[in-house]
Amino acid sequence: MNKNIDTKKIIISNPLKLDCGKEINNFPIAYETYGELNSEKSNAILVFHALTGDQYVSGKNPITNKDGWWSYVVGENKPIDTNKFFVICANVIGGCMGSYGPSTINESTGKQIGTDFPIITINDMVNAQYELIKYLEIEKLFAVVGGSMGGMQVLQFVANFPDKAKLAIPIACTSSHSAQNIAFNELGRQAIMADSKWENGFYSNYKLNPDKGLAVARMAAHITYLSEKGLQEKFGRKLQDRDSLRYGFEADFQIESYLRYQGSVFVDRFDANSYLYITRAMDYFDLSKQYKGNLSDAFKKTKTKFFVISFTSDWLYPTSENREIVIALNSIGADVGFVEIESDKGHDSFLLDVPSFLKTLGDYINSTYKIINERRI
Amino acid sequence: MKEEFNIISNLIEKNTRVLDVGCGNGDLMKFLQENKTKDIRGLEISKEKVQNCLSKGLTVIEGNAESDLKQFPKSSFDYVILSQTLQAFLNPELVINELLKVGKKVIVTIPNFGYWRVRLQLLFKGTMPVTENLPHEWYNTPNLHMCTIKDFYNFCSTKNIKIFKSIALKKSRISEINKSNLNYKNLDSHLGIFLIES
Repeated sequence: MNKNIDTKKIIISNPLKLDCGKEINNFPIAYETYGELNSEKSNAILVFHALTGDQYVSGKNPITNKDGWWSYVVGENKPIDTNKFFVICANVIGGCMGSYGPSTINESTGKQIGTDFPIITINDMVNAQYELIKYLEIEKLFAVVGGSMGGMQVLQFVANFPDKAKLAIPIACTSSHSAQNIAFNELGRQAIMADSKWENGFYSNYKLNPDKGLAVARMAAHITYLSEKGLQEKFGRKLQDRDSLRYGFEADFQIESYLRYQGSVFVDRFDANSYLYITRAMDYFDLSKQYKGNLSDAFKKTKTKFFVISFTSDWLYPTSENREIVIALNSIGADVGFVEIESDKGHDSFLLDVPSFLKTLGDYINSTYKIINERRI
Repeated sequence: MKEEFNIISNLIEKNTRVLDVGCGNGDLMKFLQENKTKDIRGLEISKEKVQNCLSKGLTVIEGNAESDLKQFPKSSFDYVILSQTLQAFLNPELVINELLKVGKKVIVTIPNFGYWRVRLQLLFKGTMPVTENLPHEWYNTPNLHMCTIKDFYNFCSTKNIKIFKSIALKKSRISEINKSNLNYKNLDSHLGIFLIES
């Protein structure tokens, strides 16, 4: 949450017109960078984070003191090697890690904005981050990469800025949030809003925090990030620190204890209102609708190379939805590669140590970088 | 393999748009990329092979030619290549029709089941043929619809598919197939290469 984080931050002074109709200006974007920008400025990769991610992709996250959320992918000698690439990641607007969001302090009142914060969309997030790219004076990114909501931002970025990235890698995502996706997000939001400490979103005014509701939201969501097989293999019916059932409602089972733990650590680092706003942005995401029902039109103006990746056991953003992106790109003859990676780790596969994913992603990025540089596009 | 790649490459004009269906580990794609055109895509059913291709920076899609060729617009490639894969499909006729839709021209190569070495195995040994080119046993072969050069030649004329060029390969010897030498080439070649158009 917006504790006084020592984070890199810029203030965007250009007014940004949001999809909801409101306009924002002089708002902060918090970001982090890794590696060095080369003199031709041709090695920049913009990484977009997912729902509960932040700008701390790699290394130690100063807030949680844990490894960055994509440490398997980004870092020295990792698939996205920071010895070679300049990696940028910004906290999305609506987030709670320093970018403009519901926990930002309104200077005129001295209080958090709370639910007076405007509804934002994936489109708004991407437009805000483009301001950062302009600030960094990068004319053309080598790649835009992201999984889950990060993948949605990749798609939106290329649609909005067709000549600003040579390569786009949307991972485990969709071009339009499904009824099931919306349903799970709504469950999370209702859990937060049902917490009496939510106070219609102005909890910070009362020094309250709807942490119970937020923890339940996280627990429910966490299940959707795993697979049935993964859960069964990891937990089965194993008991937590006991030899027999206690005939009560304590966490008898390891899976219960695990979910409770996931919920409890989450509330320490994430703002409940941000959870509401960001899940709403995901639910509103429907790229084909933005293009009158024709997803291909979103990519008509771009020469960007695409590489779409899905995972076999991801039922939240299943292969079929990732394939729709591939089909839309193929139908306009775009340059698109696609693979479904074998993994039983569910949607979370893109964040975890899945060797065939890491190898394919790393090799692809590196050989494409080489090919593109050789051709001097 | 090298001879087949050379023949295919010679059938393709420079800087055209090419799709390699059943591209395997991308060897042909790499060869064509170096010699003919940068604008080349692949379609492959095996995850592992797709990953190998992508690792080399090749643009390949994991998919099945029988169901996934539909997503490409009509005539979106100058050439579509199907190298030694036709016999592995459930419905080769459907695949050929899809290829002819997607590609302005189609290059099909066929391991020839009419080759005399293949024929001799069945005739004298009385067992299903196993050769250098067709290395599988009957119980584990991926090949569902083996055909001969003559079969494919006749198929094209029955279905009114234009044959622009038909080439026979024996070891590294290359020759043209025509109506008058068809029976001989069908006996004496291990591979047939056809450039066709609907």
